[in-house]
Formats: sequence, C-alpha cells, structure tokens
Amino acid sequence: RRLCILKGIYPHEPKHKKKVNKGSTAPRTFYLLKDIKFLLHEPIVNKFREYKVFVRKLRKAYGKSEWSTVDRLKDNKPTYKLDHIVKERYPTFVDALRDLDDALSMCFLFSTFPRTGKCHVQTIQLCRRLTVEFLNYIIASRSLRKVFLSIKGIYYQAEVLGQPVTWITPYAFAHDHPTDVDYRVMATFTEFYTTLLGFINFRLYHSLNLVYPPKIDGQADVELKPTDGKEYAMDSESYLEKLSALSASLARVVAPAHEDEVEMDEFPVEGETAEQMDMRKKEQEALEKHKKLFEGLRFFLNREVPREPLAFIIRCFGGQVSWDKSLCIGATYDVNDPSITHHIIDRPQVERQVVGRYYLQPQWVFDSVNAKLCLPVADYFPGVLLPPHLSPFVTEQEGDYIPPEKLKLLALQRGENPDEESEEEEEEEEEEDDDNDKEEEEDDNDKEEEEDEDESEKEEEMKLKKMEEQKTQSNKGLPVKVTAGKLRLEDKQRLEQEQQSEEKRLAIMMMKKREKYLYKKIMFGKKRKVREANKLAAKRKAHDTAVKEEKKKSKKARRA
Amino acid sequence: PSPPTPIPSSPPQDIRNTVGNIPMEWYQDFPHIGYNLDGKKIYKPIRNKDELDMFLEKMENPDYWRTVQDKMTGADIKLTDEQVELVQRLQKGQFGDVHFNPYEPAVDFFTHEVMIHPVTNRPADKRSFIPSLIEKEKVSKLVHAIKMGWIKPRKPKDDTPTYYDLWAHEDPNSILGRHKMHVPAPKMKLPGHEESYNPPPEYLLSEEEKLAWEQQEPAERKLNFVPQQHRCLRAVPAYPRFIHERFERCLDLYLCPRQRKMRVNVDPEDLIPKLPKPRDLQPFPTTQALIYRGHTSLVRCLSVSPSGQWLVSGSDDCTVRFWEVSSARCMKTLPVGGVVKSVAWNPNPTICLVAICVEQSVLLVNPSLGDKLLYGATDQLLESYVAPEEERVQPVQWVTASMEEHSKGVRLVIQHSKAVKQVTWHGKGDYFASVVSDNSNMQVLIHQTSKRWSQNPFRKSKGLVQCVLFHPIRPYFFVATQRYVRIYNLLKQELTKKLMTNCKWVSSMAIHPGGDNIICGSYDSKLAWFDLDLSTRPYQLLRHHKKALRSVAFHKHYPLFASGSDDGTVIVCHGMVYNDLLQNPLLVPVKVLKGHAITLDLGVLDVLFHPT
Repeated sequence: RRLCILKGIYPHEPKHKKKVNKGSTAPRTFYLLKDIKFLLHEPIVNKFREYKVFVRKLRKAYGKSEWSTVDRLKDNKPTYKLDHIVKERYPTFVDALRDLDDALSMCFLFSTFPRTGKCHVQTIQLCRRLTVEFLNYIIASRSLRKVFLSIKGIYYQAEVLGQPVTWITPYAFAHDHPTDVDYRVMATFTEFYTTLLGFINFRLYHSLNLVYPPKIDGQADVELKPTDGKEYAMDSESYLEKLSALSASLARVVAPAHEDEVEMDEFPVEGETAEQMDMRKKEQEALEKHKKLFEGLRFFLNREVPREPLAFIIRCFGGQVSWDKSLCIGATYDVNDPSITHHIIDRPQVERQVVGRYYLQPQWVFDSVNAKLCLPVADYFPGVLLPPHLSPFVTEQEGDYIPPEKLKLLALQRGENPDEESEEEEEEEEEEDDDNDKEEEEDDNDKEEEEDEDESEKEEEMKLKKMEEQKTQSNKGLPVKVTAGKLRLEDKQRLEQEQQSEEKRLAIMMMKKREKYLYKKIMFGKKRKVREANKLAAKRKAHDTAVKEEKKKSKKARRA
Repeated sequence: PSPPTPIPSSPPQDIRNTVGNIPMEWYQDFPHIGYNLDGKKIYKPIRNKDELDMFLEKMENPDYWRTVQDKMTGADIKLTDEQVELVQRLQKGQFGDVHFNPYEPAVDFFTHEVMIHPVTNRPADKRSFIPSLIEKEKVSKLVHAIKMGWIKPRKPKDDTPTYYDLWAHEDPNSILGRHKMHVPAPKMKLPGHEESYNPPPEYLLSEEEKLAWEQQEPAERKLNFVPQQHRCLRAVPAYPRFIHERFERCLDLYLCPRQRKMRVNVDPEDLIPKLPKPRDLQPFPTTQALIYRGHTSLVRCLSVSPSGQWLVSGSDDCTVRFWEVSSARCMKTLPVGGVVKSVAWNPNPTICLVAICVEQSVLLVNPSLGDKLLYGATDQLLESYVAPEEERVQPVQWVTASMEEHSKGVRLVIQHSKAVKQVTWHGKGDYFASVVSDNSNMQVLIHQTSKRWSQNPFRKSKGLVQCVLFHPIRPYFFVATQRYVRIYNLLKQELTKKLMTNCKWVSSMAIHPGGDNIICGSYDSKLAWFDLDLSTRPYQLLRHHKKALRSVAFHKHYPLFASGSDDGTVIVCHGMVYNDLLQNPLLVPVKVLKGHAITLDLGVLDVLFHPT
C-alpha cells in the first residue's frame, strides 16, 4: 500500500469487466500487471525491508535491555529518500506543479496538527516550514489570484508559472481528530508530498533568484522594520525556536529580490492580428493592475482577525500590514500610526476611532481581491450586514443562474457604477418620504423607491429569465402563450411554431435507439439545469420580497 | 584508620512484647498482643480515641509532637531529648552520631611519590609477559568479521542537501511510456457560491430541503455539507469534517480506479436526423373529416368497397353496417347475431360481395348497394353454381342462405368448426382465406367462392396463426404466426421464406401494393418494415407507438402507410419504395393523428386507406 501511494500506482477500470473478472461482475479493483511489476523493481523496496529489520533488531535489543546495542542500532538507522520517485513521477517541473494542489492542501493540514500524537513532530515541523516557504514565494512572486472564504476553510488560487494551483487551509482551530481516519495513509502521502514540495520550493526560489533556505534581508528594508534587529539564518543554534519565529516573521517579510523588474518585451507572434495583440496587452495590463491592488495602502489587523491569511493576502497584492505587537512578533508599526489607511476589524463596533482610516471587516479584502479592484467600502463597515461572499471559482455559462450580487459586481468591473446613484436616489426619496404625511402615499413611494433601487438588478434578472424561458420553450417545444389582441399574427406564428415542433417530434421519433437515448439524456440534463436555476431564482425572489416586507414593517414601526 | 565499631546486636530484653518479631497486623483485630508467662493475655493499652480526642490532645498536650506509638506493643512512647535530636539529624541528612567526622584527612594507600623500592616484593607474573589469548581471540574474531564483510565501517554522513534542483536537466528521454499512459487524478472540485461562509440567501437550504438532505445517504448527497450563513468572519467555526475530506481524497487518489471517459460533447440538435419536411411529402391525411355514428359498441373492423363508394364496418354490437363513404350515411344495417371479428369487401370491382366473420361462420353478403347491374351479376354468379357429381370431403360446410337471410343480403354461409378470426380476399376476388382460432393444422382455410369448395393448405400447425394475406400480384400466401411471417408459394406448394419479425406477438400485417414490402404491427408496440428482396429481417423497426399496435395499412397509390394503436393515435408515415433496387425504402413519419377516445384500454382497432 505504501509503495502504491509513493509511486502513484492506482487501479484501473478494465474495459471488459466480465472478461477480466472471470465472468462475474462483482466489484473488484484491478491493477495493471505492468504497474505491479514496475513496483517490484523499485530500489526503495529494499530500503523498506532494511528498515523493517532495523525495527525488529531494535525491539529485540530493548527487550534484552542491551543499551549499547540500542545506541549502536540507532546510530545506524537506515534512511531512505524519495527523490528519485519524485523525479520519476514528474519528469518535468510543470508536471509537478500540476499535481501540487493535493500536496499543498495536505501540508497545510498537517502543519496545523498539534505537536502531540497522531504523527511525528518532525513531519509537522517540516510541513510548517515548507508551507511557510511556499507562502513566501507566492508573496515574492505576487502570484495569488483568487481567495475564497468557505465554511470548510480558506481556498487560495495562485498562478505559478502559468499553472493554476489551488489549495485549501483549515481555519485556525484545534481539530477534533476523527477515529475512523487512518493517519498512516495520510502520513505516507504527506511524506511524499513534503519531498515534492521541498524540491518545488527550491526550484521556485531559484527561479526568482532568491536564496533558498529563505533569509530575511535586513539591509534591504530597514526602513520597513526598524525595530526588528533579529536576523534569521537557517543553520543557527536552536532550530525549533527559529522555525516558529520564521513562521511568524516570514509571512510578512519578503526575501530580497535580487532582480529588478524587467519590462515585458513584446514579441509579436506571426499570424496574430492586431486585435489579438491588443487583447493580450490589455489582459497583461489588467494582471499587472491586479498584482498592485493594495500598493501603497497600509493595513492594520485588529487582534480578533485571522492574522496569517490576511497578512498573506495583503502582502501578496503589495500592501503593507501590521498588527498588535503583543499578538505576534514582527509587527512593523503601531495602531496609532497616522499613515494607516485601512484598519481591519471584526467587531460590531469600534470603541476608539481614529480619523483618516477606514475601519473595515475582513471580507472586504477577500472580495476586493476577487473583484480585482478595491470595492466601495460602504458595505463593509463594522457592524454592517455584509453583502454575500461569492465564490470566484464559478464562471457562469449561458443559462446558468447568476446571483444578482455577481451581476452588480460584473457591472462594477465594467466600470459602470449604478450602485451609488441608486443609493443617492434612495436617500433623497427617503427624505421626501419623511416630508410626506399620508401613509398610503408613503407606501407607494416606498415601493417605487425600492423598485428604483433594484431596477438595475431586476432588469438583468428579467433578461435572464427571459432567456431562460426562451430556452425552456425551445427545449420543451412548448406552445407560445397567446395574448389577446393581435390574434391573427400570433396564430400564424403559433401555427408555424407548432408545425416546427411537430416536425421535430416526428424527427425524434425516427432517431435510432442509441441516439435517442443520448438525446434524451442530454435534454434531461439541460432541463434539470434550467429547473435548478429557476428554483434558485424563485427562492431569491421570495427572499427579496420577504426582506422588503420586513423593511416596510420596520419603517412603519419607526414612523409610528 | 579506626575500624567502625560493631553495633551491638539488639539484646533480647529490648523486645517488649511476647509475640516476637512478627507482622503486627496479625493482632490487629484482637484486644491483646501475646501472652505472659502465666498464659494470660497481655492487653493492648486502651485506644478508643476518636478524632475529637486526638485533636484535643494535640491542642493540650505540650509533648504531643514527641509522642509516637510503639507498633510492637501499641503503647505511646514519649521520645527523649537525645532521641529527638537523633531524629532531627537524620532528617537533615547528617550522621546520627554527633561525634562522627566525615571529613577526616584521607591517607593514600599508595603514595603519589615514586618510591625506590617496590611495594611488594612479588616477582612479575608470567602472563604479564605473554600476549593474552582471550584478547587475541576477540581481535581475531573482529578481524575475521571485517574480512568477511560482516562489520562495515561506519557510513560517512552524507552531506548532500535535502533539497536541490531536481529538475536541473530535464531530458525528454526520461518521459517514459508510463507517463503517456498515465491518467492524472482529477483535481478537487472547486467550491461554488453555496460553500461560502456568507452565501447569497437563495443558496441556503430551506427546512424541507434540509430534511431531505439529512435523509439522503451520504454518498447520494449532491452537496456534502449544509450551506450555512455566518454574519461575520469571527463567527465561522472550524469545519469538523476537514480531516475526513482530506483522507477521502487520499483514498480516492490511491484506491479509486481511474478510467479515461470520453465525454460526449454533441449538440443535441445534431443528433436529430435530417428528414425531408413532411410538407414536401404531401398528400397525407391531416385532419378529421367525418365521423360515422351508429354503432353502439366497439367497432372491430372496417372495409371499403373497391369502388371507394361504400364502407362496411363490423362491431361488437352484433351488427354490420354499410355506409356511404362521402356522406357518412348508414345505408344498411345487418344484424348478424354475433360479434363481428372481421369484414372484407371483395376486391374485384365487378363483384359486389362482402365476407363477414361471425363466430364460427363466414357470411358472404351481397349488400345490394350501388350499381344494380353489378350486384345483380354477383347474385347470378353465385347462383350459377352447379354442385359437383361426387360429394367431396370438405373441412367446412357450405350452406346456402335461407329465404329470410337471403332477403337481408346473406347469400352463403360457410360454417367452420371453430370461431373464425379473420377473413381476407385474394386480389382476383374468387378465393378467400379464413383464419380459425385453433391449435391444429386446420387454422388456415382457403375457400373458392365459385366452386364452393374449401381446402386446408397446411399439413402441420406451425404455431398460432394471427393473420393471413394474399400477395396482390404473385401467387404467394403470407401467414403470420406469433413471431414469424411465413411466405408460401401457392403454385409450387412450398415455403419460400420465413421472416423474423423481432417482435413478441404479431398483431397485424399489410403488404405494399408493389408486393415487395411488408409491414407488421405487433402487440409490443413495434412496427417492422420488411423488404422482401433485402433480407428476412426487418429493414427497419419503428417504435413510434407507446402501446400495442392493432392494425397497419398501406395506401393503394400513395407511398403512405398508417398504424393504429391502443394509445389512441394513428401515425401516418411516408414509405417511399423506389423501383431502383439499390435504393432502400425511405420511411418518414409525417403525421400523428390524435383524438381517438380510449375505451377499455383499447384505442384504434382498425385503420384503412381509402382506395382512391
């Protein structure tokens, strides 16, 4: 099993299950014969055997309490390396990067394990070190693209050498260790993943011309951390202490970049039109802009905010970040620093506000990163009901349900700003409302106002719905609804449509059995999708109306 | 150096009890300890102090701290000052004896100064001059072990760094065949909006949905979590199944069989075959024109006169009605006294005769409709029969109708031994065949009207015959049993072909006027089109109907055929047969005629095209 995990051997689904399984269709797993033979040639098998012998000898020596033998055996403890397996499984660096997702998620999980029980302390420390190094690389290369706060953990997506790498980190709480999980399997995976991640880190650091065991360059940014006199070197006396310090400080300090930013040269590719060139250029510019999202902003993290992810994200986009000195070492500036522009806080209210900075909830950082622009701060003040946090990984296709918040966001990205106008309008109208005396009128106005407010949303929604409806109609071949009025015209259209649909039905009748099956399956899938989207839309509508009712009621109560 | 003074062994009078040095627990439960010389019990001092007494004593007695209980006798002893001092010294870790000096100057046994005389005068041993055998043995053992390679020199610590540039020189040769075959594990699914800690409200599950989610098997659930909304990031708890999920991913990675699946990425519109437009294939019936009202029960069968003017229908209400086709007028009603199973108008336009199956007999009826000359001639034809000299043995009885029957139109009655299912005419109009529901070889009978003569063509029964049919041009005879259609050559009297219908139970059969194509309807809702030149298997099997097919029919002139089914629909199809043998027939459904009410699970029982 261990070998299979390390070598990445997986079972295959045979093409003819019955033939392979001697006629029975009972579920069994099948490995390729070639794979198993391949495992037998592995030199690491011998190493494992040696290790087993070593363990046996050691146990015997302990049993006989021959301490000198124990010492001698421990001195000669056999070790093995997985380098060649890494190389064999990933012949090129890009291959390795492609498979990095699981490795990262696993290492991040292991690095949060407690230092006792479950697995070796060395593994945990190694994981911690490697992950911190990796985060540092991401900061240095500014390759983070998307972040997402889910209920499971925090998802990050970075683009490393053109490969999207996604990983998830759990929230920083103690795990309640489940009993039905085989930690040995996970440990074997982690063993391989740490090796892989170590090599990848090495290579990545070198690709940026950084020193690999990462060092903090004191001279380069003295002005950044005047009080921080400590300098870490990888091979000084107490390893453990240093590592813990590393975790704290490295999250915010970039290893020195020896290379200046090189302007991207333009290599016009033959056969590419000017438009495509422009498109590419635009994309490049957008990317650059995204990378420098928080450039020049100074953040301060309040103590209840999860420090590590936020510090990581802010630094990834060029912002400067600090926190309370007592919280963790490596704080660069104080709360009272007047140059702070954004203060991230996760409390219902701020007790002592300093003028000249925004007090914001942490979701603002995440949403801004995903939207690729600094969002308007009004929605994210402390104590305000936050707008929904949307997943940046969803790309809606034609006909999918798009939540209205996303539509708003898309509009914002396009450069329109319908939000503020509507808000202003709302305020104005509210004032007007206050002047009004009669309640009925008020109600009407309220409605209007709210409609105005949601107009943009609704329009989009309506468009969407129309599209959906059209789709359903074309799919189901439903007859068009007839409205009173121009009966003649409609009838003609309807007749035509009916005829077409009948033709289609007749044609479907003539389909071959297999094709018909396929067709029905596809149509079923499409219908289900539409149904789900409609359901979501209906739910949203119900919710919106409920909220409106509530609002109205509260308003009335306030008036009364 | 003074030898330590021997400690005097404790004198016997020191033992103040008589039991000796035994564990005192043995006397724990007794009031006494041992016996005196007189054999009387020596009682323990009375100790009935409780906690309160103890406390009071502790408070009052100034010597309480130096009072201890003698375990041997159970008596309390007050320690003397010397004893207390001894105890204190021992507690401090000092020697018990006050006068003992532990730091007396040490006197070496051998002086450190080299003396001129040896300490002892003993001569040196011999063994100090010869090498030790034991040591030699040990060394030789080691040497041997080293020679044999059992003992290895300690491995030098390898100084290679743990991490280095593994991919420093990537050579394309190292990409093995394995990597090409490698199926990379699919990546984890990226989270959608519903996984957010603060999702849009529509993604939250309502109460029913939550209930449904809980009742589902964990493997069946579409989401493996319940979407939740938290008001702020601070309120988000740890996800309890995080380790589980990672573990499951690990299991998937090394235990899950992988297979490359080709995703079908076709536009469903492309799957629909391109057929000619029905509009281009006109004419075909599209609308309901007439309803013939009059029967009070199920209409089982229909037949149209060859001229196309008259229609005859048989029904469960024991009547046969004759209609004018164009006006839907009932011209004549003929009560026959039984359920009519089948009617067939003689296809010969010069003869006006209808064969009707009623229970065990077949009636030949002259409806006396239309041209008087025509039906008069028919009557003459029937009456011109001259009985042969010698009576032949016939499987059925030919009976001339009685006078009153004659007045109704019945001319001849052919009485069978069993109930008759179907009757069908030969194209010339002289012969007709009847099917008897029977199991013997007597199922199919061929009758000749002019000679009033019947014969049984088959010697053996080949299964339940469903229907029979004459070939319109050639002397062929089609017999449909449950699963096969057999074609007999009437001239050569032999089996020419056997068609496999691929259906469970054939219900009806019709032949193309060209004579080379047959369609078979079956009760398992299939319609099989046979091309006799092509093969004995169906050229196409059409599964258009949802329920059992009751009847099928070809049009005489147009390339059309229709099938009626129990689902209450009639499907009209365009079935073009080309003269060119290389071109296969083209079958296109052109119209679905709906609107038949379904009674007793029976829909359309018979379909027919008007001959012109």
